[in-house]
Amino acid sequence: MDDAEDNEEIEMTMTQNQADAQGAEAPPVLYRLEGVTRTYTQKQRVVKALTGVDLEIGFGEFVTIQGPTGGGKSTLLQLLGALDKPTSGSISLGAAELSSASPTALGRIRAEEIGFVFQGFNLIPTLTAAQNVNMALEPLKLSGEERNKRVDEALVHVGLADRGDHLPTELSGGQQQRVAIARAIVKRPRVLLADEPTGNLDESMRDEILTLLEGLCAEGLTLIVVTHDSAVAKRASRRLRLAKGVVTDITRG
Amino acid sequence: MYATYLRRELAGRKRQTIIVAVGLAVAIALVIMVNALAAGVREAQAQALESVYGVGTDLTVTGAAAEPGEGGGQRFEFGSEAGQEAGDTTTLNQSMLTTDFRRGTLDASVLETVLGTDGVAAASGALSLTNSTFSGELPSGGFGQPGERTPGDGEAPPTGGADGEGGSAFGIDSFTVLGIDPGADAVGPLASVEVSDGRAFDAADSGELVALVDSSYAATTEITVGDTIDVAGSDVEVVGIVASTSDSADTAANVYLPLDTAQELAGVEDVVSTIYVQADSASAIDSVQTALSDELPDATVSSQSDLASTVSGSLASANEMITNLGTWLSIIVLAVAVMISVLFTISGVTRRTREFGTLKAIGWSNGRVVRQVAGESMVQGLIGGVAGLVLGLVGILLINLIQPTISAAAETPSGVGGPGGGTGGPTGGGGGGMFEIAQATDIVLSAPLTPWVLFAAVGLAVLGGLVAGMFGGWRAARLSPAEALRSVA
Repeated sequence: MDDAEDNEEIEMTMTQNQADAQGAEAPPVLYRLEGVTRTYTQKQRVVKALTGVDLEIGFGEFVTIQGPTGGGKSTLLQLLGALDKPTSGSISLGAAELSSASPTALGRIRAEEIGFVFQGFNLIPTLTAAQNVNMALEPLKLSGEERNKRVDEALVHVGLADRGDHLPTELSGGQQQRVAIARAIVKRPRVLLADEPTGNLDESMRDEILTLLEGLCAEGLTLIVVTHDSAVAKRASRRLRLAKGVVTDITRG
Repeated sequence: MYATYLRRELAGRKRQTIIVAVGLAVAIALVIMVNALAAGVREAQAQALESVYGVGTDLTVTGAAAEPGEGGGQRFEFGSEAGQEAGDTTTLNQSMLTTDFRRGTLDASVLETVLGTDGVAAASGALSLTNSTFSGELPSGGFGQPGERTPGDGEAPPTGGADGEGGSAFGIDSFTVLGIDPGADAVGPLASVEVSDGRAFDAADSGELVALVDSSYAATTEITVGDTIDVAGSDVEVVGIVASTSDSADTAANVYLPLDTAQELAGVEDVVSTIYVQADSASAIDSVQTALSDELPDATVSSQSDLASTVSGSLASANEMITNLGTWLSIIVLAVAVMISVLFTISGVTRRTREFGTLKAIGWSNGRVVRQVAGESMVQGLIGGVAGLVLGLVGILLINLIQPTISAAAETPSGVGGPGGGTGGPTGGGGGGMFEIAQATDIVLSAPLTPWVLFAAVGLAVLGGLVAGMFGGWRAARLSPAEALRSVA
């Protein structure tokens, strides 16, 4: 986390920042959050993870979310990823209203429209790279042929065409994260949510992954990355800061 | 992909899979073996009973047991003219046919009552007797000198010198006799015998001095078809040799006579000691037993299960052990195996929180995750079931190869004795070698295998896996994807 950035106080709404940064041509809205609040009860104490968040994220944006630990980053990522619902307020992903959708509908949205990449890769150790990628297609009820085709394409996309039959333990950290990215994009989602995707990688591997993610974004995929690494944040088109449950936009220029 | 994931998961945690499978395998093998042994014991019991009661007998009606002091054993009585004197010794030879003094007989009219009872399909009566033959030499002047005491009850008589001079030498032989209706072979003792030589009885034999002889007894005493045997002092022609339909049991008696012939030779009236009853159907047995008990309050009406309880010897011990120890051991081992399986599955789900959370995050539904967990448990159960099946079959094979022999003694309805049962002492009191009360048979214990047991055993193992999978799946379904993601964020 960058302390200098922590201290920045920019009192602008997200939509204003986005308009400033990209001129008058704002991309169509993918996510719209209005008055989103999420509270938890822990040991009979109410904890406010998010407090009245208003936010819009457009198609094809590369957005990073930074902030101190416990500031609400993970909570926001869960809400964006349709893994959780807000206590109040509304979240929409395209035409889908996530805050009022049923668990089944949320599952379907996760299966079709959202890709996840985790800091620890979260690959299934007993399955090969190709099989791990294939797991993301399980809920889509595609034919075996179509699934294999998509898996091959995804592995080619991340540069691991020749490593499909390798187990995760036979791959480097960077390669495992590439497999995780392939698993996230194989379903052809509209948005990719990444939680510290380079947190476990060294500098050169980090750059490899960032280049890969930027390439995906350039192809139209919306990227939302939670990171503590300002080197990652600097490569984003929008940088959000989340502290004490409040989102601020710290995008430069 | 489902099968690949399942297979790789189970292969990836071999130790857990093996522990669960071995636990279930031992339990299933025990279930199979206990079941097979129980079936073997039931068969052995049936054999022991069939040798006495015949095939198809559902109920028996017997006379009530004699009260103490009633009856009393018959005894040999020699008059002053009995025997042939030669010098100082008298040669005696006397044969008599007696009923069991410990149990009363039934009037033959009871058979009509039984046949007239609703639900009775067939019935036949039989009279159980023992033929005893005294033969030997005694001192013409009696035992001992005047003034000396005479042998008391239960004491063996003096045997005298080896050459018989001045002493005595005698033997008492006995064999069991069953008087049966020569025209009835559908139910009763003859239902479980087959003729190995000669012929069977037919209705024309009624009242004739003809006999069927048990093959074992015939072999021992070297009796063949056409010979005559002494029954109660009468020469009776052997017309057939009969053997039990079971390889490992003798027939109910040594000698079979037509009922009226037996009654006449025994000097009894028109009585029977046992009536063998066949009910219309298995479901009618209870009602027939109740009806007969009501109609014949002085008689004892016993069902097959009552009769089974009379089977004693090591067969009874085996039955008790298998029923109690075997069954409970199977249940306990199965319960422990299922519990281990449940615990491993639940701990596996807990350990795989990250994995299932990730799967839910990438769109797997609860149902799909539950199916995965349940499928893995069921396959573990199936592996255990198949291993248990093999183990159980090997166990059964070993039992059938070893062929353990156990003794069975079925209490006879009216004192049908085993071969060679002696009679009372010389005073007719309760001396040594009294009537046998049971027919002892050595039976080879087999462990028969029934197909449904195999299916049930494997099904039980799969069910155990399913139970474990249900617990694991329930836990996995409760896993919030948000919590899972939080745990890995």
